Amino acid sequence: MPHSRTVEIAVGMFVAAGLAALFLLAMKVSNLSSFAAPQGYVLTAEFQNIGGLKVRAPVTVAGVQVGRVIGIGFDNTDYEAVVRMAIDPRYDKFPVDTSAAIYTAGLLGEKYVALVPGGAPTYLKNGDRIKLTQSALILEQVIGQYLFNRADGQK
Amino acid sequence: MGWIRFLGRIGLRFFERLGRGHLFLVQLLAALPSLLPRPGLVIRELYSAGVRSMLIVVVSGLFVGMVLGLQGYNTLSKFGAAESLGVLVALSLVRELGPVVTALLFAGRAGTSLTAEIGLMKATEQLSSMEMMAVDPIRRIMAPRFLAGFIAMPLLAAIFSAVGVLGGYFVGVGLLGVDSGVFWSQMQANVALHADVINGVIKSAVFGLVAAWIAVFEGYDAVPTSEGVSRATTRTVVNTALAVLALDFVLTALMYGVS
Repeated sequence: MPHSRTVEIAVGMFVAAGLAALFLLAMKVSNLSSFAAPQGYVLTAEFQNIGGLKVRAPVTVAGVQVGRVIGIGFDNTDYEAVVRMAIDPRYDKFPVDTSAAIYTAGLLGEKYVALVPGGAPTYLKNGDRIKLTQSALILEQVIGQYLFNRADGQK
Repeated sequence: MGWIRFLGRIGLRFFERLGRGHLFLVQLLAALPSLLPRPGLVIRELYSAGVRSMLIVVVSGLFVGMVLGLQGYNTLSKFGAAESLGVLVALSLVRELGPVVTALLFAGRAGTSLTAEIGLMKATEQLSSMEMMAVDPIRRIMAPRFLAGFIAMPLLAAIFSAVGVLGGYFVGVGLLGVDSGVFWSQMQANVALHADVINGVIKSAVFGLVAAWIAVFEGYDAVPTSEGVSRATTRTVVNTALAVLALDFVLTALMYGVS
């Protein structure tokens, strides 16, 4: 058995490591919180329906990830979802008429935001809003509309 | 008639041991308050039960997490759901593998040494000499070891799970190319603090109590010979493994099963 001071320090470190692991499980693995905000400039976009989009979902252009969703809110005046995205500062030349759409990766996969650049001569800056948006595809709505159209057509 | 009598003798011996074990547990619990003025005893045992089990727990956790990452990715990617890798790794570790595998490792690493230590103390009559000096060996020797095991297990299981999640992250994100944000966000969206993390901690605390109790009891109850100590050490590992796996089923059924 080593000296008692060493023992006490080692036990202290052990207990601290155990508590740190618990803290990590609580904060990082479970849904308690998500810290470590990603850096970059922020764009917002308003969608009528975001489907199952989650915070930290990727933001892609041409299939390449350029940023992350950092916040999802609700606009209480025009009843739309507000998605805040942090974009990698290396990609700072998106025209102001860039459009945003929510797609699904794979059949059962995660939702992500796809940006499609437009042709305007001026670029989006930190805090700007993307005006052209396309909501997530809700499978039930699509099926519902399809059935409704069929029923209409048979009259 | 001989074999019926034999069966009866085995049954009686089994229940006698079971009863002695439970009486011993009551004595242990009753001796815990006497540790309050002397925390140094528990800290010494925490060192040998906890700190010195860290290495095996960290290394096993890392590898279990990495294997989960590899295996999970192979199956999930067939269904186009490789994004759920983080959920798979975290839930398997936090709910099941963390507490159970840590308890098995703990029985092998710390439980055996507790049993052998106490068994040898008994064989060399150190326990009897303590009693001669009016020192209660249950208070002085058993209770600190029991409490240290009970405290160390949940901490070790948490370290195991956390390191395992990191191992799954290294393999899934670093090696196989799952998106890092999706890995964490899916995990956070699907792992609940209470239902998963807290229940895992409760499980590991129960396993810690059982593992420490069995280890200390087997040592205390060992036949005081070299053969008896070696048998007691074997029984510690076997009984702890059986008890942990059976209790795991019961706890899982209570926590996630029939509602």
